Amino acid sequence: MLDTLAQQLLLGLTNGMVFALIALGYTMVYGILEFINFAHGDVFMLSGFFALTLVGALGLQDAQGFALFAQLALVLVLASGFGALVNLLIDRLVYKPLRKAPKLAPLVSAIGVSFVLQNIGLIWGALPLDVFGGGGQPAAPKSFPALLPTDNLLGDAALTLQLKDVLVIGASLAVMTALFLLVTRTKLGMAMRATAQDPQAARLMGVDVDRVVAATFLVGGGLAGFAAVVYALYINTVYYQMGYQNGLYAFTAAVVGGIGNIPGAVLGGLLLGLVRAFSDQFIGAQWQPAVLFGILIVLLVFRPSGLLGSTAREKV
Amino acid sequence: MTTESLLLIFAVLSPIFPVFDLAGEAAGLQLHLDQRLVTIFVYGILVVALNVQVGYAGLLQLGIAAFFGIGAMATGVMTVDKYPFHFGFWGALVCAPLVAAVAGVVIGAPTLRLRGDYLAIVTIGFGEVLRTVLINLENITDGPRGLNPVPEVWTPSWLRDWIGAGDAGEANLLVMYYTALLVLVAAVVVLKVIENTRIGRAFVALREDELAAACMGLDPGRIKLMAFAGGAALSGLAGCLYATNLTTTADPTNYDFNNAVMVLCCLIIGGLGSLRGALLGAALLIGFDNVLSPLLDRAIQVAVGDASHPLARFSSWRWFLFGFALIFMMRLRPEGLFPARRVAAELHDEPEEA
Repeated sequence: MLDTLAQQLLLGLTNGMVFALIALGYTMVYGILEFINFAHGDVFMLSGFFALTLVGALGLQDAQGFALFAQLALVLVLASGFGALVNLLIDRLVYKPLRKAPKLAPLVSAIGVSFVLQNIGLIWGALPLDVFGGGGQPAAPKSFPALLPTDNLLGDAALTLQLKDVLVIGASLAVMTALFLLVTRTKLGMAMRATAQDPQAARLMGVDVDRVVAATFLVGGGLAGFAAVVYALYINTVYYQMGYQNGLYAFTAAVVGGIGNIPGAVLGGLLLGLVRAFSDQFIGAQWQPAVLFGILIVLLVFRPSGLLGSTAREKV
Repeated sequence: MTTESLLLIFAVLSPIFPVFDLAGEAAGLQLHLDQRLVTIFVYGILVVALNVQVGYAGLLQLGIAAFFGIGAMATGVMTVDKYPFHFGFWGALVCAPLVAAVAGVVIGAPTLRLRGDYLAIVTIGFGEVLRTVLINLENITDGPRGLNPVPEVWTPSWLRDWIGAGDAGEANLLVMYYTALLVLVAAVVVLKVIENTRIGRAFVALREDELAAACMGLDPGRIKLMAFAGGAALSGLAGCLYATNLTTTADPTNYDFNNAVMVLCCLIIGGLGSLRGALLGAALLIGFDNVLSPLLDRAIQVAVGDASHPLARFSSWRWFLFGFALIFMMRLRPEGLFPARRVAAELHDEPEEA
């Protein structure tokens, strides 16, 4: 029993890291623009396809030892860059012209972008590449090769701790620390916090708000791209709808932590990951969406500001 | 052209559908125009329902498919042999909207006070919860097969004989066709009346400026709840017709988020807050999806010559179309193709810096 609990705890922690990485993108954009970037989950999904394509192009499934880790690091960096660029491009092309429009406009546009990206994912999955199983089955999940050794690092212990667990948790923590330093210690971070607090005042103090927004989309997209590789390494599949569900879960995580709050997104992600692992174990995986979205509804009704968020007031 | 005359055309048009069907057959297609038009009518009701919530009252809800599903499930439970109720179609037509409205009040009462974008998320979440529950409670909902058979529209036998001229199958199609059209017309007429009553104006006042409306003595909470429950009831009505037309409550995945976005798409393209726009939006988009896209599929397959590849089907590309439609409409013409004057003025009015 204790072993099961420990195993689920580990699973929840790794899942939670992925949620947290995606949730950070939602929460940063929301903090500054008060806008739910619906397409964020689909940027995550496209980055997954990008990573899988790269893995195929580099022939990573056959690589070993140092070459494997060096190329894996390359895939991580490139996929993050891809996510960042896609996110920035979407903002430039779609959201930016709507900054002063009524709130409905960007939200509906974001839903539109989300569907366009999902369709791109569908088409991408139909490409005749070997890593996609030859293509032709656009909607079918594509298997992401298990690149890392699956031996138990703890030897014969009942708890299975694989290299990928360590890697997921370690890499995620490193990225989150970097983000934390960026936001708290750099000039750009200060500008971000100022803009989130009051865009008008920030502009008057000489902050280039457009640049700050662009940087936010870049960082958020980069985190989503990073999360996509981590997720693919861990779950070993990539499919065109993975952005929709994981995106909604991650958004839930952001709300749980208090939307707009960066440590809150990490806390919410971890909590949600744990809840998911335990509900899968003890209630049943088929009830997962009901449990997680049930929590979202209850939470929004009783504590809409989340665990760490201050009371968010709607601007009149 | 007024909304009523538009609908009248459909009533008069039905006798010539066989002509289109024959033309379709010549092109190698099973067109069944009257059946497809019933789908358009059902979605027409759904789009005007969403219009009450999003268009009139400005409540962005993305879970309309859930209330649609609740209406269909309620119809199933109230009519199929498995359950002891056996209300028949007309009983279900009265009860399904009531059940959906109750669900609307239950989900709406605690959540409508949330900020606009949170409401969008809560309603998506509700839709996902409902879908999961419907799929998992297989012994209650019969899972992917749906509850069936949902009985056809009950009509007196003399009327049925007269309509179908003795052909039972034909009579069935026509009865379904006219019932759906009638319900749609009734919904539109009622909404048209409501638009110019105290309630209808209260909805719009709330959408345009909640604070000002509250200062004028309106109770925002109650009015929002009325709009939400009203829209839910209409969605339930659409669900009842949908299940009757299919003779089953169908796979729960028919009531998922994609469906909700499709309805939203119809409304945005047609014109938020405009009844005529809502109907034309439904006709355009659902008509495209149901009538034109099979034709396109056919054309693509003939052109490519390889029908087996999934990308040779237009359906693999349709979300591009809907996604781009939403993006371009919001950018270029947020008031829709057939706008309500008041909404157009509102959407083009640039708010001063907060």
